[in-house]
Amino acid sequence: MALYKLQINGRNYEADVEADTPLLWVLRENLGLVGTKYGCGIAQCGACTVHMNGTAVRSCTLPVSAVGNKAITTIEGLSEKGDHPVQLAWDEVDVPQCGYCQTGQIMTAAALLKKNPKPSTEEIDNAMNGNICRCGTYHRIREAVVLASNKMK
Amino acid sequence: MKLAAATGGGLMLGFHWGTSEASTMEVLSDEAIAAGDVTFNSYLSISPEGVITIMSPNPELGQNIKTSFPLIVAEELDADWSKVKVLQAPLDTAKFERQVTGGSGAVPHSWERLRKAGATARHMLIEAAAKRWNVPAGSLTAENSTVLHKESGKKLSYGELAQEASAIPVPAEVKLKDNKHFKLIGTAVRNVDNHEMVTGKPLYGLDFHREGMLIAMVQHPAAFGMKIKSVDSAAAKAMPGIVDVVTFKNNVAVVGKSTWQVTKARKALKVEYEKEGAIESTSDHDRLFKELLDSKEATVRRSNGDVEAAFKSAAKVIRSEYQCPFLSHSPMEPMNFFAHVREDGVELVGPTQTPDRARNETAKLLGISPDKITVELTRLGGGFGRRLQADYVLDAVEVSRLMKAPVKVVWTREDDMTGGSYRPAVRYRFEAALDAKGNMIGYKLRGVGINAGNSTRENNFPSGAVENLLIDSVEHKSPITTGAWRAPITNFLAFAEQSFLDEVAFAAKVDPVKFRLDLLDRARKSPVGEIHYDIDRMKAVIQLAAEKSGWGTKKNVSQGISVYFSHRSYVAQVAEMEMKKNSPVLKKIYAAADCGIVVNLSGARQQVTGGIVDGFGHAMFGKLTFRDGAPEQKNFNNYRLIRMKEVPEVEVHFVDNGIDPTGLGEPALPPTGGAVANALFKATGKRLRNQPFVLEEEMKGVNLGEKL
Repeated sequence: MALYKLQINGRNYEADVEADTPLLWVLRENLGLVGTKYGCGIAQCGACTVHMNGTAVRSCTLPVSAVGNKAITTIEGLSEKGDHPVQLAWDEVDVPQCGYCQTGQIMTAAALLKKNPKPSTEEIDNAMNGNICRCGTYHRIREAVVLASNKMK
Repeated sequence: MKLAAATGGGLMLGFHWGTSEASTMEVLSDEAIAAGDVTFNSYLSISPEGVITIMSPNPELGQNIKTSFPLIVAEELDADWSKVKVLQAPLDTAKFERQVTGGSGAVPHSWERLRKAGATARHMLIEAAAKRWNVPAGSLTAENSTVLHKESGKKLSYGELAQEASAIPVPAEVKLKDNKHFKLIGTAVRNVDNHEMVTGKPLYGLDFHREGMLIAMVQHPAAFGMKIKSVDSAAAKAMPGIVDVVTFKNNVAVVGKSTWQVTKARKALKVEYEKEGAIESTSDHDRLFKELLDSKEATVRRSNGDVEAAFKSAAKVIRSEYQCPFLSHSPMEPMNFFAHVREDGVELVGPTQTPDRARNETAKLLGISPDKITVELTRLGGGFGRRLQADYVLDAVEVSRLMKAPVKVVWTREDDMTGGSYRPAVRYRFEAALDAKGNMIGYKLRGVGINAGNSTRENNFPSGAVENLLIDSVEHKSPITTGAWRAPITNFLAFAEQSFLDEVAFAAKVDPVKFRLDLLDRARKSPVGEIHYDIDRMKAVIQLAAEKSGWGTKKNVSQGISVYFSHRSYVAQVAEMEMKKNSPVLKKIYAAADCGIVVNLSGARQQVTGGIVDGFGHAMFGKLTFRDGAPEQKNFNNYRLIRMKEVPEVEVHFVDNGIDPTGLGEPALPPTGGAVANALFKATGKRLRNQPFVLEEEMKGVNLGEKL
C-alpha cells in the first residue's frame, strides 16, 4: 500500500492503495465516484472511460501509480450541473436505455469534440467505435454527438 | 385510502466519503414518499404542493418501463408530467402483481391496472372539487394537474384537492379515456432517469455500497460437468485486504475489503476440479446435432394432415438445415448482488428481473419464510434474460450467511461470460413439399436443442397455412446451463424459418412478399388446425414494410423480407443491400411493428432499433464455443459484440390500429437475421444457414458493413 495524490475533477484526493490498483477501482471504491463503470476490465468496452490531461483513457487498465500529477476528469466532473453540451444532447436525443455504458460513451464523445469540434460522421464512428452499447443505442449516440457539436458552436 | 406514513421508515441507504462530490446511493422504498402526501393507490400519491409521485414496480433494464408505466398513470390522471416524480418500488407482492421483466409482458399485463390507477384518482379529485364548489361533477374537467369549472372559471390544483379527495369513496368502476383523447400516450417522452444516467449517479447494483460491507468474488467450476476436488486457499487468504476464503457447494468465495484486492487474491487460489458429469465440447455438439436430427425418438409438437403422403406425391422437395451456437447475455453490468443475512431476516439489494424469484429461492436456501426477506431493486445495467436467474443472488446470500456480514458479490466479466445460463445451441432441419404448381403442400420442421426444452414454436406461422405439417423436437441434456435469452428460441428460429421460407419462395418462383401473403390468405380461407396468430396483423406489418421500403421497385438494391410474431406483437423487416466494389453492403433495415398502441414513441423506437442492432449483431458475430466443458470465449476481446461502425441505417414504422399494447421488448429482434440473410441471397445467390454469419463460407469476400 502507498499513498497516491491524485488530481481529479479539479480537486486533490488521496488514496492509500496498492500500486497496481486500476484507477477505475480507486475512483469507485476509494473516492466514491461510481459514475465510471466496470464493464470488462481489459480495455475492450469503454465503460470505464475518463479523461487524463483531456484525452480519453480506459481507467480499468490504468494503474493508479501511472497517473502521477496528470489531471483526471470523470463524468462527475465533466460539468458542475450536468449541463455539458454532450450531456444535454444525450438527454435531448433520449439516448440511454439501460444507461450503464453511457457515462463512458459521453466521456469519449466529450474528448472527441474537445479535439475536433466539427467531426464528420466517419470521425464520430471512429472515435466511438471503442465503446460498446449492448442495448444498441448507436444511432442515437451518433445523433447526440452531432447535436452536441452544434451546441458547442 | 391512507395518508402516507412519515418518512421515518423510509429506506435511505447511503455512504459518505467525506468528499462533497461523491454521491450517495439511495434505495428508496415507497415509504420515502414525503410526509403529508396523500396516497391514492399502490402507484400514486399526491403532495399538497402538487408533486405527483408514481411508483414503478417493475425492474428497469433499459426497456424503459420506469418511464412508460408512470406515463400511463399520468395520462388517465391528466397530470402535469413535468411535476411527476417516479420512484422504483421494492418487491411488494401485496401491492403489485407481476413485478417481472420478461416475456415482453409488463405493459400488456398492467395497461388497464395503470390506467385505472390514474382514472380513479382523477375521479376522486373531480368529486372533491364538485363537493367544495357544490356543482355537479359532470360540469368539471381536468387538465395539467388542475380541476376546472368552465362556467365560473374556478380552478383548483390537484395538490389543493388531494386531502379532500382522499375522503371520497374509491369508485368500483371508472370510465377510461377514449384513445383519441390521449395527450401523453403515443408521444415521445424522455427517460425519467436521463439526468441521473448522464451525470453518473449511483443507480446500478454495482454502485451500491453499505458501510462495513465486504466484497466477494466467487470461483465457480472452471468447466461444466466438473466439481471441486480440493481447495488450497492459504496463499489467497494471506493476501492484503482479504478477510476470508469460504467454500459452498461447488464454489469458492474470496472475501475482502476491496474489489481489486479480491481480484488479485483470487488468482492465488488453487482449486482442483474433477469430473462430475459429461464433459462436452462444441465438436461433440456438432456431431450430436447430426445424429439427433435423425433420431427415432422425437417429441411431436404439432401434426396436421398426412405429411408422408404429401412428400411422396411432391413435385419438388426442399430441405435445409440451420444451426446456431450458444450465446452469452453479456449485459454491460456484470452479475452482482448485495445480501445481508441477519438473525431476524435477510436484506437483498440489486439488479434482478425477478425479485420474487430472488426472494423465494433465498427463502428456500435458508429455510426461512419469504416474508423475512426484503428485496430492493436497483436499476439494471442490461438483462436480456440473464437476470431472470437467481444464481448470482444466491452467491451473495451464501457468502453473507457464512461471513455473518453484509456482502456484495461481484462477478468479473469473465465470471459473467463463463457463468452459464446461455442461449442454447440449436440445429433445425426444414423440409417443404411443393406440388407441380408450386404450392407448399407439406412442411416439416425438426429442432434439436441442447437444454433448449421445446426448440420449436409449433403454432407459429406457417402452421395453419400448410395442409400437411409435422413439427417435432429432440432434446439433448447437457451440464452446460441454459436460460431465456431475449426472445427465447425465436431469436434464432425466426431467422431459420424466415430464411427457409425464402428458399421455398424462390424454388416456387414466387416473390417472397407475395409468397408469405398468399400463405396467410390460405390460412384464413382454409385454416389447417388451430391458428395461434392474428392473420390480419401479420399481413399488415408485411404490407407496411413492403410499402415503406418500396419493395421490388428500387434499382441496384437487393431486398430481403422477414416477418415474425413473437410474444404478442408482429414485426416485419426489409433489409437492403447495395453492391459497392463488388461487395454487397448492408445499407438499411426498414421495420414495421405492430405492438398495438404505442405508449412512448421514443422508448418504442429504441426497442425496435435496439432489437434490430441486437438481432443483427448476434446473428453476425455471436458465438460461444466450448472445449472440454469450458467456454472458449471469456471476455469482449474474443466474444464479439456489434459496434457503432457495424450498424446499418434503421427506419421504424408502427401500425396504428388502436388495440391495447401487446409488448415490444423482444419482438423486433427475431426478424432481423432473416431479413439480412434473404437480402444477401438476393444480392449474391448465397444462402446463409448458420450463425454467426461472419464465419460462414458464404461471407468470404462479402463486406456487409459499409465502414468495415
